Amino acid sequence: MAMPAETDTTIPKYLRDKYAIVGVGETTYTRGSGITTRALGTWAVRNAIEDAGLKPADIDGMLSYQSGDSTFSTFIAGDLGIRPNFYMDVFGGGSSTEALIGIAIGLMEAGMCKAVAIFRAMNGFSQVRIGGTGARSVAPVSGDALHGRAYGWQSAGQMFSPTFMRHMHDYGTRPEQVAAVKAIHSEHASNNPKAFYKKRFTVDEVVSSRFICKPLHLLDCCVETDNGTAIVVTSAERARDCRHPRVLIRGVVGRCNKPRTDMHYQHGPISTVAGHYARDILWPNSGVGPEDIDVTGSYDAFTFTTMLQLEDYGFCKKGEGGAYVSDGTIRLGGRRPNNTSGGHLCEGYTHGQNMVIENVRQLRHDADDSCPVGPDGKRRHTYDYREGGCRQVKRCELTANLGWANPGTGSAMVMRND
Amino acid sequence: MSIQATYLGMPLDINDLDVENLAYFKHCAAHDFHLQKCSACGLLRYPPTTACPWCASPKSEWMAVEGRGAVHSYTEVHHAIQPAFRQHTPYLVLLVDLDTQKGKPTEHEALRVVGNLVTPDGTLAPPDQVRKVGIGTRVRMVYADVTEGLSLPHWTIDESAPQPAKPWRYPE
Repeated sequence: MAMPAETDTTIPKYLRDKYAIVGVGETTYTRGSGITTRALGTWAVRNAIEDAGLKPADIDGMLSYQSGDSTFSTFIAGDLGIRPNFYMDVFGGGSSTEALIGIAIGLMEAGMCKAVAIFRAMNGFSQVRIGGTGARSVAPVSGDALHGRAYGWQSAGQMFSPTFMRHMHDYGTRPEQVAAVKAIHSEHASNNPKAFYKKRFTVDEVVSSRFICKPLHLLDCCVETDNGTAIVVTSAERARDCRHPRVLIRGVVGRCNKPRTDMHYQHGPISTVAGHYARDILWPNSGVGPEDIDVTGSYDAFTFTTMLQLEDYGFCKKGEGGAYVSDGTIRLGGRRPNNTSGGHLCEGYTHGQNMVIENVRQLRHDADDSCPVGPDGKRRHTYDYREGGCRQVKRCELTANLGWANPGTGSAMVMRND
Repeated sequence: MSIQATYLGMPLDINDLDVENLAYFKHCAAHDFHLQKCSACGLLRYPPTTACPWCASPKSEWMAVEGRGAVHSYTEVHHAIQPAFRQHTPYLVLLVDLDTQKGKPTEHEALRVVGNLVTPDGTLAPPDQVRKVGIGTRVRMVYADVTEGLSLPHWTIDESAPQPAKPWRYPE
């Protein structure tokens, strides 16, 4: 496809499109997997390698992210007969996916390995609950947490809400505008048999669900699930021999921060998030701009996180995120659909991987699970987005994933097809 | 000296190595709010840090700071995560811009000090007070005494200050 004229670069241009995502895989999104994170990670990585048309012996790099709630790479490697030339398990949740893809590119560029599997395995509902209830809620409060958890300011929703609230104050953003994110993602999930929640919700149902912490209603919050997810990255050259059409990595920005990342609220405007800084790396590195993007994957731990990132990465003017997410743009059939699998709000919570997986499938033109299969084994997409119908976006050549750790930290990636 | 104590059913723990937090909470225990002032550039900082966020100087001294300001943003928690807070919902977590050093070193910065809305004796505020407070509400610092050497700074409505006619609240 034709690319717009180059603007500026902060990476060597030759890295653009030099690496590709060749395999994606996941386990079933459940509440109560009944298996260990080792098993979840093993099945997800195995599925991603299979999807790539590779063998475990072809993988020689492994990366994972976790927060003391998962299994290290070496055990997954052992289960699958992978002998890593490099592995690293990092501490982290949201925004790790894109950041680790950037690290994988660096590893291969440095000649340290040739194909990297990245996984996240979590029993986020049945073991270590991502919302922070259970064992995490009664751990001793010390160090920096003395200025947070001691005040009943612990869960992600509680920690992020002053940002969300201030955005409503600064820009007049209305609850029902933001609730449209859940309503639209639930429409997408209703066309995704893999989604944990397939039920469609209306904006009214979202804003009339009970409050968790203002401005968040229950249905503004994502679903905690148990799942393993995995992605295989290799060079664009090797990708030619893999099973699916190539999905090329155009540019990455990893865990970019607002000032005062020790406590980002010290530096305002607090209604601005890390994307405001990350976009100055993402777009020049990718050689494209937000107007060129066909599909977004904006992290939806909460309805608000989707909106704030789309705004700060420049998909609309600052302050107009409420209108952008509620005017139909982000719906399947709209100008630029977001989280076509239903995302964290509906499909399942993976700390970002399922949104990258979905965009890989969109770029392969293979996101569908419902349309009729032709004699060549490929879906005949109907582009009829009614409940239970098609999920493939008709024109999908460029995607952007916007990963969120917290208001002060984010990652992003642009991918394209051939 | 390290401190272990229980507050609202939560174990709090400051170890011997954490000299910044030990000093911070010692001043709070004397109900005399202090922040670190950088010896090189003269800026105050919050929360306690090892070096200056603006000039990286490791040297600082503790300075008395007036505990008054206005609510910059907040959340009103209805579904508590920590068991100890469940009997106190809804409660407010406030981010308060101190009057001291507001808008410095840049217009977007302030010493934004976290605390709950409490009554003057340091207990979590009842619902009628929670409903009154929003962005812009003037508050003053009060303390919840936990143990020797450890009190938590909190916020209460500043009855002596002129209040905005209508502080901004989440639309009901």
